[in-house]
Amino acid sequence: MQNQKIIVHYEEFIFSDRSERLLLNNGLHFGPVTIRFETYGKLNKEKSNGILILHSFSSDSHAAGWYSKKDQSPGWWHDMIGHNRAFNTQRFFIVCSNVLGGCNGSTGPSSINPQTHKPYGLSFPVITIKDMVNAQYYLMQHLDIPQWYAVAGGSMGGMQALEWVITYPKKVQRTILIATTPSLSTQALAFNFIGRSAIMSDPHWKHGDYYQSKKKPSYGLSIARMLAHITYVSETSLSMKFGRKIQERERFVLDFEDQFTIESYLKHQGTKFVNRFDANTYLYLSKAMDYFDIAASYGSIESALRKSKSKFLIISFSSDWRFPPQASKKLVTALIRTHHEVSYVELECPFGHDCFLLKTEQQAKLIKGFLNA
Amino acid sequence: MTSYNKHIIAMIKDNSSVLDLGCGNGELLTRLQEEKNVSGRGIEITEYNIQACINKGISVLHADLNAGLKEHKNNSYDYVILNRTLQIMQYPDKLLIEMLRVGKKAIVNFLNFGFYKNRWQLMFKGIMPVTQAIPYKWFSTPNIHFCTRKDFHYLCKELKIRIVEERYTRQGKTTNTLFPNLFTTEVCCLLEKSLSNID
Repeated sequence: MQNQKIIVHYEEFIFSDRSERLLLNNGLHFGPVTIRFETYGKLNKEKSNGILILHSFSSDSHAAGWYSKKDQSPGWWHDMIGHNRAFNTQRFFIVCSNVLGGCNGSTGPSSINPQTHKPYGLSFPVITIKDMVNAQYYLMQHLDIPQWYAVAGGSMGGMQALEWVITYPKKVQRTILIATTPSLSTQALAFNFIGRSAIMSDPHWKHGDYYQSKKKPSYGLSIARMLAHITYVSETSLSMKFGRKIQERERFVLDFEDQFTIESYLKHQGTKFVNRFDANTYLYLSKAMDYFDIAASYGSIESALRKSKSKFLIISFSSDWRFPPQASKKLVTALIRTHHEVSYVELECPFGHDCFLLKTEQQAKLIKGFLNA
Repeated sequence: MTSYNKHIIAMIKDNSSVLDLGCGNGELLTRLQEEKNVSGRGIEITEYNIQACINKGISVLHADLNAGLKEHKNNSYDYVILNRTLQIMQYPDKLLIEMLRVGKKAIVNFLNFGFYKNRWQLMFKGIMPVTQAIPYKWFSTPNIHFCTRKDFHYLCKELKIRIVEERYTRQGKTTNTLFPNLFTTEVCCLLEKSLSNID
């Protein structure tokens, strides 16, 4: 059963194309909007078993299953979603959509602007986490789900889950927040800035207008990814995995072809990423994360969360320095003070922010317990 | 059910809010929810116990009590419980003060080191007591701050804490005695701030 490849398909939903247009955080109306999404399991008669999964920065709507039997790898949270898994598809109806501004099927800067018949590029509006959530709200209505049994996400997905429970406090019964934060730290803002700078200083970026050119800003995008990748792992995990191992040569000959294994690993990560991700989406989504600050937007974290009726499960990882346990604890404190039912766990894990996708066994148990209790 | 859990449950009024420090697998909070309809929350340090609480639907926070309770506002719980945990705290006095800051009342169930069998072992065998209630050897024990019932009374006086009610356990069973410092293994106290200490 578990070895059999479960084939899934994505769907697309178009809205905001006629009279009622999506109102963005910047005050402008925007449309049309396509949202690509996948669903697993069945919505019950009462429509009470819907769970929304929110993806992180570089993921997409493909959270579980395979697209075809030949498909090499399953969806990004495959270990967690399925028959008898944490998000049990026998019991729940799981929805995951690509975010607004993304580059994997939902409308984003690489999509064609129907007015100009050219890709938006930088004419795409600057979007926020709240805009992503508002777009998902349209999807919720389209799927005829009155209330989510749970919303769940890690990292940028956790930001969306938070925004869900703040913006639509009556629509969320349970909220699962993993390795996330009420706002990025100054250090994280700095890393995001360098990532964007790498992309924007690539001569092929051309102010975002590169879609019709043969050459794409791949070099800048891969540098951005390599840098970001280091922030997703820990010093310990890099040392464990690569140490000071040398690539290809027996010993150094003292020229610039000499390479540590970590160098070729990062290059590989950069190249792999360039093939699946759009440079402008990188700019827009990293900006959206930078702007996210619930204390600034709502007065304080406590006042942001006061209206929610949700129960919360918050998970952080001991070695995560990009979204550190202290950031999760700020949320926990605000939830304690606003009299919410909240459980918090800091899992011991040496792999930094990546623990979110690596340490799935413990997370699965916690989530299963939380969803079933 | 253990006698100390019985004592604690008896001290708690219906429909109150409870914070259980070192709540273990959530057993006590579950009983309190069932029998007293409390709204409960636990604090635990081990992942294993946290998982058990979450499975039971108990809200639990992963934290080290030695770091205090600063996340919790003044008087935000009717009761704060510390069950068989006082002796492993770095600063038991500071924790008691914290408990009565965030709770209107506190319930502390602690091991009475003054129990005659402990005294016997020390007096006549000349060794650090090892008993059913305190099974560890001196060098590997997590219990760093044992006290007797009398010591606890002295500390409460010093901290201006009033002992409202006291219930006793002897080797797992409820007991009544004229000499609790000598003939009880555990003492369960309901505490509140003395009037002079109210800010």
